[in-house]
Amino acid sequence: MSDSFKDTTAQAAAGESPEPLTEAMLSAHAREVIDGWLTRFPDGQGRSAIIAALRVVQHENNGYLTPPLMDAVAAYLDLPKVQVYEVATFYSMFETHPVGRHHVSVCTNVSCMLRGGEAILAHLENKLGIEVGESTPDGRIFLKREEECLAACCGAPMMMVDHVYYEHLTPETVDRIIEELD
Amino acid sequence: MSDDTVQLEVNGVPVTARKGQMIIEVTDAADAYVPRFCYHPKLSIAANCRMCLVEVENVPKPLPACATPVADGMKVQTRSGRALAAQRATMEFLLINHPLDCPICDQGGECELQDLAMGFGRDVSRYTERKRVVKDKDLGPLVSTDMTRCIHCTRCVRFGQEIAGIQELGTIGRGESTEIGTFVERSVGHELSGNIIDLCPVGALNNKPYRYRARSWEMTQHATVSGHDCAGSNLYAHAVRGRVMRAVPRPEERINETWLADRDRYSCHGLYGEDRLQEPMLRRDGEWHKVDWETALKAAAAGLKDAVGRSGPEGLGFLAHPSSTLEEFLLVEELASALGSANIDYRVHRVDFRDPDAEPTVPGIGVPIADVEGLDAILLVGSLIREEVPILAHRVRKAALAGCRVSFINPTVGEWLFPVQAEIAGGAGMVAELAAVLQSAARKRGVAVSERLADVVSGAHPGPGHDAIAASLGQESVVWLGLVAEADPARADLFAIAEELARLTGARFGQLTVGANSAGAALAGVQPHRGRGAVPRPRPGLDAGAMASEGLDGLLLLNLEPEDFPPETRPLLDDARCVVALTPFADDALLSCADVLLPTGTFLETSGTFVNCEGRWQSFSGAGRPPGEARPAWKVLRVLGNFLDQEGFDFDDTDEVRDALVSHLDGLSHGAQDRPDRILARESASPARAVGLYGVDGLVRRSEPLQAAAAASGDPEA
Repeated sequence: MSDSFKDTTAQAAAGESPEPLTEAMLSAHAREVIDGWLTRFPDGQGRSAIIAALRVVQHENNGYLTPPLMDAVAAYLDLPKVQVYEVATFYSMFETHPVGRHHVSVCTNVSCMLRGGEAILAHLENKLGIEVGESTPDGRIFLKREEECLAACCGAPMMMVDHVYYEHLTPETVDRIIEELD
Repeated sequence: MSDDTVQLEVNGVPVTARKGQMIIEVTDAADAYVPRFCYHPKLSIAANCRMCLVEVENVPKPLPACATPVADGMKVQTRSGRALAAQRATMEFLLINHPLDCPICDQGGECELQDLAMGFGRDVSRYTERKRVVKDKDLGPLVSTDMTRCIHCTRCVRFGQEIAGIQELGTIGRGESTEIGTFVERSVGHELSGNIIDLCPVGALNNKPYRYRARSWEMTQHATVSGHDCAGSNLYAHAVRGRVMRAVPRPEERINETWLADRDRYSCHGLYGEDRLQEPMLRRDGEWHKVDWETALKAAAAGLKDAVGRSGPEGLGFLAHPSSTLEEFLLVEELASALGSANIDYRVHRVDFRDPDAEPTVPGIGVPIADVEGLDAILLVGSLIREEVPILAHRVRKAALAGCRVSFINPTVGEWLFPVQAEIAGGAGMVAELAAVLQSAARKRGVAVSERLADVVSGAHPGPGHDAIAASLGQESVVWLGLVAEADPARADLFAIAEELARLTGARFGQLTVGANSAGAALAGVQPHRGRGAVPRPRPGLDAGAMASEGLDGLLLLNLEPEDFPPETRPLLDDARCVVALTPFADDALLSCADVLLPTGTFLETSGTFVNCEGRWQSFSGAGRPPGEARPAWKVLRVLGNFLDQEGFDFDDTDEVRDALVSHLDGLSHGAQDRPDRILARESASPARAVGLYGVDGLVRRSEPLQAAAAASGDPEA
């Protein structure tokens, strides 16, 4: 994880938050979304709603989760905290450490590799001054991972920025895409 | 052939199995061993280690024996070429990242992975890649971690979820990054948490206080019984040259199954502390001197005789810890009788001694421990059962999960980790709340409560909670008084109302008893109103409370320290002119009030018998040698009897002592009870003293890991 990017509002992995962990940490909207998901599962199966709950909570927290937020989800769903941690650490779409607000991931699987995906990645790393898995010090860009095929081989090389696909990349188009991010 | 069974073949041998059984249960029963890591008969099936792959005819791939139900006509091969190849391949896979640091691993020599690697592993690894390293976790003072050794069987995770009821560990991350841990660093705080050490098939989770202290093959194993609560959990103590190194569970389906409470597992780490008494000591002119046994015993005998000379036998008292052995109790009673005193008691924790004849001759829970899981309803009055008797709490939890309606009437709300039907906490006090339940039960059944409780019940106002509890009780249910009730100033009232409630509803009545051997104390006659065989004494003596209020000239203490007494009765120790203490430990508090100290062995260092709360007699032999000059207490009592020139102390071993008692038990009366006409409700003036999970006796109080765990669980989440 990034050493250069520090978020003082959420000291991840620093232990449990001093305040009582209540579901009140969740926004009204997040709770509404979670309640909606809970209706889709039988009673007592709150564990099934963890992914959906974490997704909305992460979205509202600049794209990453903190232990207090995960604890809040556990409290809201009435589950052991560790069951929420298990899900949050298992799925690659969840970040459990502070990361930049735009998530960029470059595909380097076979098709993209043959079409220069690795050069695209190297260009990004040089341009941003960070390696895969790190975020820029200003908290703008998070170079999430080397993707293993996002099923866009016809447009290789490709990358995904905040869930949007960009295909037929060249260093110039990459520069433009990155510069247009806020 | 009934519909419930299927016929199949295991390695060519026809066997019969129940429908729905897994192959591994059938192969185990047929003595065809299948290697396994994640499978455990007490836990749910995970099927994630893949070690138990077996060949089944007409199935193209090997199948996990733990997760494949049997079917009629199935032909299972556990040792065929394909089965062995699959098992070997799994073993090779598991060893890719395992460090093979067996020489410095405490699990070495008793490791399932090591054993199976012997049987199913290759001589030489084909891998040259770097092994992964996993950072250690800090799970608190009881369990050490070497997570690099973990093979992700998830037994510890499932233990938390299914047995403890609080999942503290989880599988964090995925793929090669999978780790077992808590994610956010924290101690595991459950009172049964040490069992994950035994469950762990490798050396990832180990006994922290025992770390690097001995190797499994140099220790001798001694079967014994735990002396800290009334369940009487079976355990093995492991010793090197007479020193106890650790305790592990000894499977006993009727009591502790395969589990052991942390208190029973880690108490042995308090054996060899600084204040362990290793020589007899004598106070002369206010100064303590180490003396030889003869001098000390002479002084003890003289002190007791002088007290009789000054104040008569009534001036002499005998108090024993409720976790003393049956034989120790018996010899203390013998000693008291020989000196003419009936001032003898084990109920030092109690403050309310009213109505002693109402109590059953042998206190207990009224049902076998194993039957608890089949009960329909349980009402616990004044009980923190998780800390009082953790193993029994586990049975209650199993019952609750199976639909048993468990209710509590307590001074405060507890955290039970199982479904509770009703929990009445605080409110109008336990007596009034319990009386409300009784009134509800009587009304519902249209019967009257007995005259003596009429006053108590008439003022009660049952609410929905009381009604629910009253309605749940009936056949196949119990009403239990816990240790909070036992130490309550209104104990006798709670007892009378609870017993009446059980009588009216048809429920069985019982008590969680204090210490390991309250039943043994009652049988041996360590009570002022009932002698040997629990036969009423013609001339009752003083109970522990009366001894304190009337004062004594001479006092003999067995396994007791001032800390075991409630503050109300503690002055007794300071006021007595001669205090002879048979004790394994001598801290400042004891040194300040005793006159003769006779060093004795703990339950791990003596042979003896405990009678548990279901009435089971369990005899055991000593596991370790008492350090220094200390001797088993029964021997000290025997010799003390000789020094007092008394007959009847010529026993050669504890079996003889025990058998001497058995001959008295034919006339065991089951409570021919003269009850007072009326019992006046006494509300708890002050809340009962909380002894706490790790304060029950001197040994537990001296176990550093347990005390550290107690401190760590100050965390409200633990």
